[in-house]
Amino acid sequence: MLGLLFVTFFIGRVMPVDPVLSIVGERASQEIYDAAYKSLGLDKPLIVQFFYYLRDVVQGDFGISLRTGFPVSGDIKRVFPATMELATLGTLIGVFIGVPLGVVAAVRRGTWIDQFARVAALIGYSMPIFWLGLIGLLLLYGILGWVGGPGRLDIFYEDIVPTVTGMILVDSALAGNWDIFRNAITHIILPASLLGYFSLAYISRMTRSFMLEQLSAEYVITARVKGLSEREVIWKHVFSNIKVQLITVIALSYAGLLEGSVLTEIIFAWPGIGSYITISLLSADMNAVMGGTVVVGLVFVCLNIFSDLLYKFFDPRAK
Amino acid sequence: MNVSESSEQGLRAWLLTDTPSSRRHAQLAAWYRGWLSFRANPMTMLGLGILLFLVIVAALAPWLSPHDPFDQDLAARLQPPGSENYILGSDGLGRDILSRVIYGSRITLYIVTLVAIIAPVAGLFVGTVAGYAGGWADVVLMRITDIFLAFPRLVLALAFVAALGAGIENAVLAISLTAWPPYARIARAETLTIRHSDFIHAVRLQGAGPLRIITRHIWPLCISSLVVRVTLDMAGIILAAAGLGFLGLGAQPPSPEWGAMISEGRKFILDHWWVATVPGLAIFTVSLAFNLLGDGLRDVLDPKEGSN
Repeated sequence: MLGLLFVTFFIGRVMPVDPVLSIVGERASQEIYDAAYKSLGLDKPLIVQFFYYLRDVVQGDFGISLRTGFPVSGDIKRVFPATMELATLGTLIGVFIGVPLGVVAAVRRGTWIDQFARVAALIGYSMPIFWLGLIGLLLLYGILGWVGGPGRLDIFYEDIVPTVTGMILVDSALAGNWDIFRNAITHIILPASLLGYFSLAYISRMTRSFMLEQLSAEYVITARVKGLSEREVIWKHVFSNIKVQLITVIALSYAGLLEGSVLTEIIFAWPGIGSYITISLLSADMNAVMGGTVVVGLVFVCLNIFSDLLYKFFDPRAK
Repeated sequence: MNVSESSEQGLRAWLLTDTPSSRRHAQLAAWYRGWLSFRANPMTMLGLGILLFLVIVAALAPWLSPHDPFDQDLAARLQPPGSENYILGSDGLGRDILSRVIYGSRITLYIVTLVAIIAPVAGLFVGTVAGYAGGWADVVLMRITDIFLAFPRLVLALAFVAALGAGIENAVLAISLTAWPPYARIARAETLTIRHSDFIHAVRLQGAGPLRIITRHIWPLCISSLVVRVTLDMAGIILAAAGLGFLGLGAQPPSPEWGAMISEGRKFILDHWWVATVPGLAIFTVSLAFNLLGDGLRDVLDPKEGSN
């Protein structure tokens, strides 16, 4: 985690953008420039600067965003729930379709449904997500009008529900405002299904290979010989054994979606952390970019650790 | 006719023999068997076919494309596909989309080739050194690898491009910087299993130094697993490059990079669908081809991990 911070710090320092110049402006005199240079601590050795940076980050201070004028940490707090909402719904879709699909594909190995799952996963791996998003918008919003357009809500619904969690679906449900809830659903359903499709591709493939591994074990034969029904053999015996591995996969794909949402958020004008980083980047707002990158990296690491812990917790063999 | 047929039979038999007469013979026979099982899978051959087609198109781009990819004709902007002169339509500046897609294949190949060379070589180097040296070198190198692995790839690439500045070369560098850690992991794992094998001890007793052992005896054995991984990664590289291009951080505008083309077409998506659709289809086709090829290669080169 320290290394993670070091990398972002380093990237921030090798940037060709001069942070001093962007604060004082082009026409500042040399004295003002020097003063700003000192106040930013840029005259100190690199390693000292790094410790300053560490100290700030530990206190949750990523500096001020040059674009929005607010502290970066506040900005991130505001945009992060939007991404989480999207990634969570996407993962749910991926799990509820991907896991059964993987199980069935493994049990009915070699049949059309197995082939179908294989092709669906292959297409998912190969599809540029931003393009699929555009096509989805074109067809479902532009031509058919079935779903809401870009953004989280229609414009006249915005800023009505009080912000509690920052996730519109949760907030509007808490406020009991079902009109907004419905509207939010029409907006989120397309980007979430897209992300869901990508996690589905991954989850169903992994589920299938875990299942195949277990199905060839001898206890399956024993269970069948005992006369258990096929349903019981598969869901009670085999599936319980892959649960632990599956949890890891799902945690990883959740982390992957947080990342995959960068492009999706741009397409759907979704005000999440992905579009925050990208827009800041395009306007050379380095504090915001580095802060966002650190937060995403931290979430990534935490999810990894979390899945490791779950693994240890659920698997009696890993002591 | 008869003669050539029989000599072909002879070659086939020679290649499939169980008792190779020389080292080269054995190697060729192994290649041939691999090729046979490779060929047996129609999906893999489809992937290979698409990629060969891509290479040919890229090589012959100036002769194949009906227009200059940079030629603007504002009188003929946003022509739909199938209209006169523009088979796949024209974009917002009246440039021929077909020609741009054809020229874009060169950029895609360029990016993919560079990344596919830089990342595995860097990973191979780091991994084998870490695995062979052991001790603190191993710890330090693997920690660095872990740090890079900890970041989500696209976000890290974004940050790198931000630091380096937009452009194709920097996109290549950024993608390579995010792509090498898995190769280092693989190479290290392979090295650790090989390091204590008898033939390495024998080579060392013959007086070979660590440099010679790593480059001549360990690297060749890591290659096959790396190649498989590279082919499977290619699709991801293409998607990452296109994503960077789409965000305006890869190839810069007049360049007919596919991701950048989609980004230009995004403005017109609701009324002029073809501008963004055509380059997207190109990206999809190529990355699908790489995935198909990678799957097939894995079955041939790495039977223990083959799709069961």
